Amino acid sequence: MTRKSAYPYWFFIPAGVIFAILFIVPTVASFYFSLTYWDPFEARFAGWDNYVQFFSEPFLVRGVLNTLFFAFLTSALKTGLGLLLAVLLTSGIFAQGFLRSVVFFPVLVSTIGVGLLFQELMHPTQGAINVALAAIGIDGPGWLVNPKLALFSVALVDVWRGVGLATLIYIAGLSTIGPEYYEAARIDGATRWQQFWRVTVPLVRPATNTVIVLSLIGGLRLFDLIWAMTRGGPGFSSDVLASVIYKQYQAGFWGLSTAGNVILFLMIAAIVAPLAWWLNRRELEA
Amino acid sequence: MITRMTTSTAIALVLTANGAMAQELTFLVDASADSVAVAEALTKAYSEKHPEITFDIETRPGGGEGDNIIKTRLATGEMADLFNYNSGSLLQALRPHRTLLPVDDLPNFGLINEAYASTVQGSDGKTYGVPFETAQGGGIYYHKPTYERLGLEVPLTWEQFMANNAKIAAETDAAPIAQTYRDTWTSQLLVLADFYNVLQQKPDFADLYTQNEAKFADTPEAQRGFEKLQEAYDAGYFNKDFGAATYNDGVAMVAKGEAAHYPMLTFAVGVFQQNVPDLMEDVGFFAQPGDDPDVNGLTLWMPASLYAPKTTEYPKIVKDFQNFVASTQGCDIITATIGATGPYLIDGCKLPDEVPGMVADMLPYFEGEGRTAPALEFLSPVKGPALEQLTVEVGSGIRDAVSAAELYDADVAKQAKQLGLPNW
Repeated sequence: MTRKSAYPYWFFIPAGVIFAILFIVPTVASFYFSLTYWDPFEARFAGWDNYVQFFSEPFLVRGVLNTLFFAFLTSALKTGLGLLLAVLLTSGIFAQGFLRSVVFFPVLVSTIGVGLLFQELMHPTQGAINVALAAIGIDGPGWLVNPKLALFSVALVDVWRGVGLATLIYIAGLSTIGPEYYEAARIDGATRWQQFWRVTVPLVRPATNTVIVLSLIGGLRLFDLIWAMTRGGPGFSSDVLASVIYKQYQAGFWGLSTAGNVILFLMIAAIVAPLAWWLNRRELEA
Repeated sequence: MITRMTTSTAIALVLTANGAMAQELTFLVDASADSVAVAEALTKAYSEKHPEITFDIETRPGGGEGDNIIKTRLATGEMADLFNYNSGSLLQALRPHRTLLPVDDLPNFGLINEAYASTVQGSDGKTYGVPFETAQGGGIYYHKPTYERLGLEVPLTWEQFMANNAKIAAETDAAPIAQTYRDTWTSQLLVLADFYNVLQQKPDFADLYTQNEAKFADTPEAQRGFEKLQEAYDAGYFNKDFGAATYNDGVAMVAKGEAAHYPMLTFAVGVFQQNVPDLMEDVGFFAQPGDDPDVNGLTLWMPASLYAPKTTEYPKIVKDFQNFVASTQGCDIITATIGATGPYLIDGCKLPDEVPGMVADMLPYFEGEGRTAPALEFLSPVKGPALEQLTVEVGSGIRDAVSAAELYDADVAKQAKQLGLPNW
C-alpha cells in the first residue's frame, strides 16, 4: 500500500465531517428542493416546474443581462483603476502609506452602510450630489430613480467601494517585479510608456488574473449593495439575478428561489471556470 | 425523616408556585410603533386583572422578512404564545388549520364582524384570529385649504378628480398627486383601492379570479386601476421627486399642501398624528372615485389579527386574552393608546365623539348600505408579489397599463401554484 498523504486518514475526519454537513448536504438538498414547491410546512414534488417558471419569468432575462453588464463593467473598471492607483501608490509619492489606507478604507465599511449613504447622496432633489451640481448650474439626473441610470449608478458606487481591494492586490503584485527589469528596459531605450506596457503589465499578470476573477465573481453574485440602494428598482430596471431570487424567497416561493440559486451557481461556474482556466494558461505562457 | 419532609414541602411549594405565580407568555408583534404600543397597552391591562400573568413582547420586522420569520417559527414549533399578522390571502400561507388555535369557542365570538371573520378562516371553515386593529379604508387624502381656495369639491367620479387635478396644476405650485416610490408598496394604492369600483360592475370577479377564469388583462373594469395610475403619470401630476420620496414624505406633503392628494390606506392616521399633529385638520379623506357618480364607495382593508399557535403551552390563557381583545374593553384600550383610526369590527365598540376630521370623513361610507367592499386580497387567496414593482413602472412611465396588467396576471399564477389551488 502506498500512502500518498503525509497524514493518517483519521486526521481528515473532522474537516470531512464539517465539509459534508455544511457544504455537501446543503448542496445536494438544494438540488432536490429546487424540484419541489416547498415552505416550512411541506414540500410537494413539482418536477421541472420551478425551472420552467424561472426561465419564463419576464424579468429574468433583464436580470441576467443586468447581472452580466454589472459584473463585466465593474470588473473592468476595478482592474483598470486598480492598476493605475497601484502604480501611483508604489511610486514613492508623498504620504504613500496614508494614501494607501485611504484607498482601502471603503472596503472596510459595511456595504449596507455605503448603500444607504449613497442613496441619500444621490437623492434627485435633496441629495448632496445634485445640490452641488445645481450650484454650478447643472440639473443633475435622478441617479437611482431614472431607470436608464440606476444600475450604472450602483456600479459606480460598487467600483468606489471595491477598487481598494484591487489596488491592494496590485500593490502586492508590483512589489514582486524587481528593479532590474526596469533598469534593463531603460538601457534599451524604453520610454516610461513602453516600460508600463511592456514590463509592468505583463509581469503583474498573476495579480490581474486574481483581480479579474475575484471582481467578476463579486459582480455576478452582488446583492447587498443593490438591495440597499434600489431594491432592484425603479420597477425591475436594476434587478440582478440575486435580487430576482431574493424576491421569490421573500414572496414565499421557496422552491422557485432554490431553483434560481441552482441556476446562479451553474451560471457563475460556467463563466468563471473557463475564464480562470484561460487566464491561468496565459499566465504560464507569459 | 426530616430530609423527606423538606423535600415534599419543597415540591409542594414549587407546585403552588407554578399554579398561582408568574406565568410569562411571549407575544411576537411587528415592530411598527403603533402595533408595539397596542400590544403593550393590551397586555398591561390584562396583567392588571390577572396579576399572575405577565407578557414578554418581542418585535419582528414587517413585510416579506416578517412573513418568513412567522412561517419558520410556526413550522419549527418555536412560535410565541401570541402573535399579530395579516388577515386574508397572507394568512392562508400559514396553513391556519394546521398551525393555529381556532377562536370559534370564545365567549365573545358572536361579537366579531362576520365579513371580517371570513378573512381569517382556514380551509376547514373555522375562524383563527381576532381583530388587532380597526378596519382600514383605501382612498385618497386631500389638502382641505387647497380645495377651499380653489373652490373644489370632493370628486365622485374619476373624471371630476382629474379635473380637480388639472385646476390644481394650473393654479398652484403644489403637486396634484403625491407618489412615494422609495417605499414601493405605496405605489399600489390606485390599483388596489379601485376594487370597490371593480366589484360594483363585476360582482363575481373575485370568485372567477380565484378559479383562474378572470384576469386583470381581459377584464376592462379590473384594468381600470392600472389605467388610472397611467393617466395620472401621463398628465404629469406627480411630485418631482416621486421616485425617491418616502411614505413619511407623502404624509408630510399632503399635510403641508405641497401636494393636494395622496392615495393611501387610512392607517396613515397614526403617522399624521405622530409627524404633523398640528396640520391634521387640514387633511380630509375620500374614497377612490369610479366612473359613475351614483356608485361611490370605499375599498376596505381588514385589520391585522391576533393569533395563537397550536404549540402554545397556555391555550386557556391565550384564548382568554384573545377574548379580552375581542371585547369593547379591548377596543377602548386601543383607542386610548393610538387614537381612533377607523371603525372597529367588534359589535358594541364605539369611537369617541371627537375623532380627527380624516376619520370622520371615512365613517359615512360605513353607515351607508353597500358603500364598502373588501379589497381583493380578502376575497381571494391569490395575490402576486410583484404588483408593487409593476405599479412603480406604470407610475414612472416605464410600462403601460395593459402590459402591467398582463404581467401581473402571470405573477399571480406563481402564488396560485404555490398554494396548490385547483385550475392553475
